[in-house]
Amino acid sequence: MEPLDLELEEGELELPAEPMHLNMGPSHPAMHGTVRIVLELSGETIVKADVQIGYLHRGFEKMCERGTWAQVFPYADRLNYVSPMLNNVGYALAVEKLCGIVVPDRCQWYRMALGELARISDHLTCTGAMAMELGAFTPFLWFLKAREMIWDIMEEETGARLTHSFGRIGGVAKPPSDGFKDLCRGALPRILDLVEEGEKMLLKNRIFIDRLENVGIISGADALALSWTGPCLRASGVAYDIRKSHPYLKYDEVDFDVPVGGRGDNMDRFLVRLAEIRQSRRIVEQSLDRMADSGPVNVDDPRVMLPEKSEVYTTIEGTIQHFKLIMEGAKVPAGEVYSYTEGGNGELGFYLVSDGSGTPYRVRIRPPCFPITAGLSKLISGRMLSDIVPTFGSLNMIGGECDH
Amino acid sequence: MSKAVLEKLQKRFGDAIESTHSDFGDDTAVVKAASWKAVCEALRRDPAFDFDLFVDLCGVDYPKRTPRMEVVLHLYSTTKRHRLRLKARVGDEDMDGAELDSVVSLWPGANWFEREVYDMSGVTFRGHPDLRRILMYPEFQGHPLRKDYPAQKTQPLVPYRTEEDAGLPLEKLAPFRDDEGMPYGRVHWANGHQDVVPHAPKDVPVGGHGAKNGNGGGAG
Repeated sequence: MEPLDLELEEGELELPAEPMHLNMGPSHPAMHGTVRIVLELSGETIVKADVQIGYLHRGFEKMCERGTWAQVFPYADRLNYVSPMLNNVGYALAVEKLCGIVVPDRCQWYRMALGELARISDHLTCTGAMAMELGAFTPFLWFLKAREMIWDIMEEETGARLTHSFGRIGGVAKPPSDGFKDLCRGALPRILDLVEEGEKMLLKNRIFIDRLENVGIISGADALALSWTGPCLRASGVAYDIRKSHPYLKYDEVDFDVPVGGRGDNMDRFLVRLAEIRQSRRIVEQSLDRMADSGPVNVDDPRVMLPEKSEVYTTIEGTIQHFKLIMEGAKVPAGEVYSYTEGGNGELGFYLVSDGSGTPYRVRIRPPCFPITAGLSKLISGRMLSDIVPTFGSLNMIGGECDH
Repeated sequence: MSKAVLEKLQKRFGDAIESTHSDFGDDTAVVKAASWKAVCEALRRDPAFDFDLFVDLCGVDYPKRTPRMEVVLHLYSTTKRHRLRLKARVGDEDMDGAELDSVVSLWPGANWFEREVYDMSGVTFRGHPDLRRILMYPEFQGHPLRKDYPAQKTQPLVPYRTEEDAGLPLEKLAPFRDDEGMPYGRVHWANGHQDVVPHAPKDVPVGGHGAKNGNGGGAG
């Protein structure tokens, strides 16, 4: 400490220059309650960021080794709680690959329509929450209003708004309801109107644009090296979409585009998601047009499908089949598969190992936002503290999936 | 999918590749643990392979085998559009010597995946820049995704209340019993078959449903 009476020019005084450590999260509203970032700050600039996850770890993979194959569906729902249907379909496709089952056309179109509705709700939640974290509360309400319409459809179809547990090995829990097509056709234009209104409020807002543009930039090559997939990768200009590159279900029979960004900043990620909502709408509409109004939904395979209730109560074969499927679970052939679908955030993979019994030997999920969250520290290093909020928001980290 | 990748890999590395298969259409190669890094390097850098996307890494525990832990890597090439599953087997029955070379220098995205396998299965990655637990907390003992880690075990950071405090026996406080939630007739790994079938028998159909009916369910 210099003596006070010493005459000093103000410019000669040395300020303390040690970096400051700051904990952001896990109970910070913008961290979704599940991520903690240990920051090293120099002034307001981030020198180093250590992103820590695991606050929502629920031992998903361990739990799966205890039940039957069909009992994984409720867990799959809870991995990504903003687009559970995509996870249901992804897991069902993985087990079906192992069993060598292909579901009937009607079910494939049905799964596609529901899945794309879920994708719209995923993107609405992400973009809406991101705007809200930046202080724009109204568009968030607009987007949630649109999401509510999707959840109403889901409730009508599956009986649950959020965690549907609707997938089955070899089909879905029940056939599409009579009013499904009308419901969707009625709701989609209204959803898109709301999206457009919300978008108008944001994209003409100087503050919103300034906080998004040229913030959190990542090049396509860097994003790929960090194992990014999905909208975040496409925003950096790499057009890798599993629905196009390796079509599953009926994605090779529908018309849709893969929107890509250029700079790979927050704005691009925001715009790519909004553009994907419009593409998903096209897919839903085409799926509805192509889906037959009658015909089988579930595969006719007694190895995996539960018999009709009328058979269970009246025939011995039905009773025994039901008993064995419930008590022992469907026997899945021994082997290992990796099945991948386009989830809300990118490549959603399931690596399954079966020992031929009714219980999975190993269920491994490849959560798309796990590597994306790993890339966060690269995006925010060297930026200002306040840039964390929009950057983190634009990545759409889903705690359930990221932390397994 | 074509087997071209597997053939090229076998031609180039010969003995380092222990076995290959393409069951269910997924190309799979098992490599010797010592050659893990060299094979990965070729897969990443060689333009004939060009695997630019590190998709997934996980460990699968086979407690009755030696080596015990199977580390499974999935790769994808956005330019060539092919996929590959690469496996290496490490660790004896006590998981001693369960080590692999880190591939973070080839794919930066491998960083968190390797940390996760270290955390969950207990495989050490040599040369990893920051190898520490990721999903569990630092004080955690053991590796939960090993088969011999009991699913009902709890490791609270703050100790549970004592029996007098709680007013009921302590085992009632545990979330569930060992056999709770288990499907009827399930074989526990410790009493199970000597080796879990590593890959599918050849007569399992790929695609096309209902080809092998009557396997279970139907006739009861």
